[in-house]
Amino acid sequence: MTIKEKQDELISDFSFMENWMDKYEHIIQLGKELPLIDEKYKTPDHLIKGCQSQVWLHTDMQDGKLIFTADSDAVITKGLVSLMITVFSGQTPKDIAAAEIYFIDAIGLSNHLSPTRSNGLLSMLKQIKLYAIAYEAKSQSQKNGTEL
Amino acid sequence: MQHVPDTTVPAIDVEKIRKDFPLLQEKVYGQPLVYLDNAATTQKPQVVLDTLIEYYTRINSNVHRGVHHLSQEATNAYENSRKTIAGFLNARKPEEIIFTKGTTDGINLIAYAFGRGEIKPGDVVLASAMEHHSNIVPWQMMCEDRGATLQIIPMDDKGELMMDQFSALLTDKVKIVAVTYVSNALGTVNPVRDIIAQAHARNIPVLLDAAQAVQHMPVDVQELDVDFLVFSGHKIYGPTGSGVLYGKEEWLDRLPPYQGGGDMIKTVTFAKTIYNVLPYKFEAGTPDISGAIGLEAAIKYVQQIGVENIQAWEEQLVEYAMQQFQQIDGLRFIGNPRNRSGAISFLIQDIHPYDLGELLDKQGIAIRTGHHCAEPVMDFFCIPGTVRASFAVYTTFEDIDRLVAGIKKAAAMLR
Repeated sequence: MTIKEKQDELISDFSFMENWMDKYEHIIQLGKELPLIDEKYKTPDHLIKGCQSQVWLHTDMQDGKLIFTADSDAVITKGLVSLMITVFSGQTPKDIAAAEIYFIDAIGLSNHLSPTRSNGLLSMLKQIKLYAIAYEAKSQSQKNGTEL
Repeated sequence: MQHVPDTTVPAIDVEKIRKDFPLLQEKVYGQPLVYLDNAATTQKPQVVLDTLIEYYTRINSNVHRGVHHLSQEATNAYENSRKTIAGFLNARKPEEIIFTKGTTDGINLIAYAFGRGEIKPGDVVLASAMEHHSNIVPWQMMCEDRGATLQIIPMDDKGELMMDQFSALLTDKVKIVAVTYVSNALGTVNPVRDIIAQAHARNIPVLLDAAQAVQHMPVDVQELDVDFLVFSGHKIYGPTGSGVLYGKEEWLDRLPPYQGGGDMIKTVTFAKTIYNVLPYKFEAGTPDISGAIGLEAAIKYVQQIGVENIQAWEEQLVEYAMQQFQQIDGLRFIGNPRNRSGAISFLIQDIHPYDLGELLDKQGIAIRTGHHCAEPVMDFFCIPGTVRASFAVYTTFEDIDRLVAGIKKAAAMLR
């Protein structure tokens, strides 16, 4: 599935939930199912610091695709992180770098991406994009036979 | 035996008071707002809002300058506010009241002026382990600048200051003690009379951060014999950007000015400037005139209800909340002081405070989560933060009931 298809699928999942409790219960459940980051990567290097909750993010390249694993000390943040990973993991750096993210807004969680929210989610989105851009630049320079 | 608060005889008419606050009539996510983040800021009564509008529609003008009618009116209103605040704190004179932007501004003023005037390399400033960042960082900056050291009065795991350690730390090197009257993160009321008495026995002045005190209990600066006391207008039902520094006249006269500019000078030549007298010496530039006048309206509002009555009401609220919280599975108090005012900090099992805050918000309940600008306090308890409920004159027992129900619902979802 493309990033767009994955986003549309999430939007459709959430559209069946009528109240905030159902949405949050779903998010909390997703958090519990999140593919956890290997403990050895839960280091300051992998930490995306929000003011209140923290997110650890690790990236691996497999067959030209980026695989993300993550964790957070707060369950709701972990659920939101899980949504992000569902959308981005297994996609190419090129697609991730170019992707437009609209699902957060569409499922009514846009306030989680405001800079004042301080839950690390906005920083995480930026970090995922940065990783993708860096991998993309690296593969471009390898194609051109130049060192980064 | 546990004392059951007598809720049938309220010290105040809370329903009438609530009608004075337009924002309390608002709904959040379709539910009546439960506002329990009063230690961060309080809502404003209509009389404060009216005063601000009245000022800008009728008398807006710069103070202390113009000969014209409006400037005189604005100056009178501004100076009347100073008198009201002097009366509220029982200062000897209005000149001992300096208008600031808030508590942080007041502490920065004293840290800077005291540092320049009184601190030499090797000197010590004493603060406590439960200070808000605003009563840590200005002193650190000053100490770094002057080659002095900031030392910390430790606290125990109940969130109370270790007074025997305080006595031991009070050496001749200590030049000022800066402590909070009431901890914003824990709700602890510190034994400030004892602190002041011990410091004064060694001729050491004391600054009290009263940001969480003046709205909750009577504060009399002469009875306390405190040298400096600061608070924020917006935490006592006044406008943001208004604040007060009280200083004993002899200290304020002795300290050098903080900021330079208009209003704080008597004469200026390129060779030498003669500074103005108190209080203007510490009020450079056009002050927050509307803020000062709005603050007066807020203080008069508090005086009308009676700060003793507010204290009695809030004591009942705190006691009721503590009892109700004890019924919640897995809840533990962060800070369990004998003397508490205004705020209760807690955690539930290993639930992250952010998660709890988020789910309470969705139920229309505003509380604060996080480190409350007191990271050293969180480090002390080895926690990422707390959930804090904080009360005001308009808080009701129903607010607490809704909070308790909200916590139970959120905890069930998060467990």
